[in-house]
Amino acid sequence: MNVTTTSRYPWENDPLLTVENLTMRFGGLVAVDNLSFTVGRGDITALIGPNGAGKTTVFNCVTGFYKPTEGRIVMRHGPGRRDEAVEELTDSAARYARQEDGAVFLLERMPDFTISSTAKVARTFQNIRLFGGMTCLENLLVAQHNPLMRASGFSIAGLLNLPSYRSAAKEAKDRAIYWLEQCQLIHRADDPAADLPYGDQRRLEIARAMCSEPHLLCLDEPAAGLNPRESAELNALLQFIRSETGTSILLIEHDMGVVMKISDHVVVLDYGRKIADETADAVRNDPKVIAAYLGVDDESEIDDEDIRADLHRGEHQAGTQGGEA
Amino acid sequence: MEYFIQQLINGLTLGSIYGLIAIGYTMVYGIIGMINFAHGDIFTVGAYVALAVILLLGISGATGATMLVLALLLVLVISMVFTAVWGWTVERIAYRPLRGSFRLAPLITAIGMSIVLQNFIQVTQGARVKPIQPIISGGIPLFDGRSDGGIIVQLSWMQLLIIVSTFVLMVGFTFLITKTALGRSQRACEQDQKMAALLGVDVDKTISLTFVMGAALAAVAGLMFLLLYGVLDFYIGFLAGIKAFTAAVLGGIGSLPGAMLGGIVLGLIEVFWSAYFSVEYKDVAAFSILAIVLIFMPSGLLGKPEVEKV
Repeated sequence: MNVTTTSRYPWENDPLLTVENLTMRFGGLVAVDNLSFTVGRGDITALIGPNGAGKTTVFNCVTGFYKPTEGRIVMRHGPGRRDEAVEELTDSAARYARQEDGAVFLLERMPDFTISSTAKVARTFQNIRLFGGMTCLENLLVAQHNPLMRASGFSIAGLLNLPSYRSAAKEAKDRAIYWLEQCQLIHRADDPAADLPYGDQRRLEIARAMCSEPHLLCLDEPAAGLNPRESAELNALLQFIRSETGTSILLIEHDMGVVMKISDHVVVLDYGRKIADETADAVRNDPKVIAAYLGVDDESEIDDEDIRADLHRGEHQAGTQGGEA
Repeated sequence: MEYFIQQLINGLTLGSIYGLIAIGYTMVYGIIGMINFAHGDIFTVGAYVALAVILLLGISGATGATMLVLALLLVLVISMVFTAVWGWTVERIAYRPLRGSFRLAPLITAIGMSIVLQNFIQVTQGARVKPIQPIISGGIPLFDGRSDGGIIVQLSWMQLLIIVSTFVLMVGFTFLITKTALGRSQRACEQDQKMAALLGVDVDKTISLTFVMGAALAAVAGLMFLLLYGVLDFYIGFLAGIKAFTAAVLGGIGSLPGAMLGGIVLGLIEVFWSAYFSVEYKDVAAFSILAIVLIFMPSGLLGKPEVEKV
């Protein structure tokens, strides 16, 4: 495996998630092609690229929705790279291994529900997937299903309302209320989630994901459909999550206002391949990224000679690969 | 008037049994959208296990009251455990491998499992009707209408037992579904299984537990049926299952209070029709009313109407 030892970027030294040589094929279509990138601990990492670049496919592989065709996805709890533990785990048949000060997980081996409950990866969707018929509070309690189930002793203690269950239930409710407050949704706690306006539903999804106490929060286009004021609030919420809980964030986003303002690290995909992997500032000025994003037709709007030259190269590449975008 | 009240009591009793079985249908439909036709036969299994344990313990009408209550509780627990294991097994071997295949596949397997269970009971227990002596007799005379040429209205202990335990079970169940983590995850799986899994809910386990809970309630209904009628054959589950399924649809399939309400309505229709019109046509009446209700309320009495968003 290509474990690089470069320390040019901070995220290489203390990675939370590494996606290594990930390939996902659907029949003849290669949605993700030999992709490797790293999500640093405590970072906000953005995954960007034109429509059809394979971003959501990467998310689906990370969260167990798809089984990758090839590649390794490693999640780490506790500081450091843990290279030895990762290699040892890869050689064994186990799904994860615990160490004294943490654990390593091979996400591609884990069934979907344990990725949330054990590896502590939570996600939201491009199209909102709340439990519409349940109240906002209940939505957040479902995310705390596992600690509650354990405390309720498979509902026996829950039915008898024993003190052990009552304290766990209170704790869960307190956490739910905390996140409802942070997302300014506390006044809607007992309303069915489907009755909320769109922007509120987006925040409720984030609140629900946070209730599972994730180490990594994966957000698929959280700013889609938000107005400028709402996306500013979203920025603030994401920065609050990072600073308050230390949860690392991996987000797919088209709204460059959000991406550039809050990201520490930006990975750019095009046709399932990585075309840039840099800090936000470096990516902003990367000609390949501009070409992929603006498309070659917009070349006239770019007035830098070097970029034009690059664009022509990009055009040639794009022409041979075909596809959407 | 006395006659009416007596029939009301009889109808509630019958309806409670239908309702308890109907809950099993409605819960399974709610969570995986299939009709578990084998559920009626799980009810038969529950009744037969109860019969076996009653004979083993030697419970009879002569047993003292305290002993009788304890013994019947023991019978109930044993037959609940048996049906729960059956329900779990049927789901595990016959339904789970077919989850995600086309809709008709699990339906056909369910009918198959129903026939398998029926024949299994027939072969192992014999095709003949099995009677037991009445265990609970007597009751509370509510009022004596004989002086006016009427009848004595009586609430028998048996009927009281059935109505009260159904009520208690319903309260417990409603609490379980609305307030506990298990119930919440069941409702979450009902709405979006994939999302529930991504939030850490073990969907397979939740579905298994749904089958287990439905089967345990069928055991309660089985014991009640045995005590009320005193006879069993391998075929009781078929008709009771169809009736309970009807009750679930009548109440709005997928809705828990709907199943109970549907059961009681169906029980009342049957009993009143038999009492005031002709007993031969009671099933015709019950099913005709079902058809009429569904024409005017396609999603049942308490079901949520399906709104298609465009």
